[in-house]
Amino acid sequence: MNFTLKIWRQKDAKSKGEFKKYEVKDISSDTSFLEMLDILNNDLVHKGEEPVAFDHDCREGICGMCSLHINGHAHGPEQGVTTCQIYMRQFKDGETIVVEPWRSAAFPVIKDLVVNRGAYDQILQAGGYVSVRTNSVPDGNAIPIAKADADESMDAAACVGCGACAATCKNGSAMLFVAARVSSLAKLPQGRVEGARRAKAMVAKMDELGFGNCTNTGACQAECPKSISIAHIARLNREFLSAKLED
Amino acid sequence: MSCFLSNSSLGRKLVMSISGCFLVLFILFHMSMNVVAIISADGYNAICGFLGANWYALAGTAVLALGVLVHFVYAIILTIQNRRARGNVRYSVTVTEKGVDWASKNMLALGFVIVLGLGLHLYNFWAKMQLVELLGGHTNALGYSPADGVALIRYTFSQWYYVALYLVWFVALWFHLTHGVWSMFQTVGWANDTWYPRLKCLSNIVATLVFLGFAAVVVAFFVSSLL
Repeated sequence: MNFTLKIWRQKDAKSKGEFKKYEVKDISSDTSFLEMLDILNNDLVHKGEEPVAFDHDCREGICGMCSLHINGHAHGPEQGVTTCQIYMRQFKDGETIVVEPWRSAAFPVIKDLVVNRGAYDQILQAGGYVSVRTNSVPDGNAIPIAKADADESMDAAACVGCGACAATCKNGSAMLFVAARVSSLAKLPQGRVEGARRAKAMVAKMDELGFGNCTNTGACQAECPKSISIAHIARLNREFLSAKLED
Repeated sequence: MSCFLSNSSLGRKLVMSISGCFLVLFILFHMSMNVVAIISADGYNAICGFLGANWYALAGTAVLALGVLVHFVYAIILTIQNRRARGNVRYSVTVTEKGVDWASKNMLALGFVIVLGLGLHLYNFWAKMQLVELLGGHTNALGYSPADGVALIRYTFSQWYYVALYLVWFVALWFHLTHGVWSMFQTVGWANDTWYPRLKCLSNIVATLVFLGFAAVVVAFFVSSLL
């Protein structure tokens, strides 16, 4: 398969970026999107040109490191998968593919397609953890947890913190990420204890870092590679508002 | 707690939700009141008389104006913050994500259309009714009694361009409500995956009822003006 790539190139955070066109030829349909970029980079290096910088790590959809806005979609055209799980057979032969970095004021571009997602780490550091003493690993059934609660917690915990939600949201809101963290812990007995403090601290940090206000468009859940529901945002709203009313 | 309504993103959204809820309830009342004009002219004028320049009607008008102002000002503040959060460089390729309603992404634009319509409506009715009474007048600019709402409706909607403008206004309101109603439940946290289809259905029902109720009066009086 042959493709024309329009890729955002930007030397560093301070430089002005622009799109550059590249042709990639004889790509197997079973090549992953990131492998296709590896092939492109190999060609560029052989030509003595600067390779395209992009984030990646596990390449099996669990680390949340890969990003990329492909043809208008965070993580490409498929729903419920990360960029590393996109394959070239999902595109048409001869297609022009536009590849951009996440666009959000809180995720500044570092180079080419790499953005700084440290803002999410800062939100996590503000409260996305359990600080109560849980001692050593308890017996699996020592604390009874309803199956429905455990399932909901696990659904929220599937968030890989890739940033697709804020990158997709027209308001640059990080609500789905914060909601997933707050929800996954709030549904479990160990996390429940600090639920109010966590919701307030994480929302305060999210606001401080300049993320936007959620307007319930639902675009985040449509583009989330882990299909996390905005029902978790409703829970975050409940957690935060009840915590504030108790102040 | 006092300042989280302005300092926090979730607090600001709560203000939008509560003020929106108040406005939806008012619109439902106004629509129900208007429908009376089709059934009984005397009945409608009795309501107009009840809602003249009395202290309770004036207090209600002031609270309503405050509700509109808060909802509008917060919408502007939220949008400015959201545009800043989105950053200066925009995506070159954008799509409508699966399951995302057009209205949800255009609430401010729809809101502007609604506010423009509101301005026209205040000029056409409020300025010729409650305001005239407030200023101590006994007839409005058209020569009608300020409590004769039906005469004013009959006059206004005998003109085709007002009919067209009001229908555009109601369509904008329909779109605004299809997102706004379920969204206010989501913002206060009263929603989950089981309830989303029900809440969205409720939104569509409320929006459609409001549209049909308002539009019925406009169309009925326009048709009767042609006969």
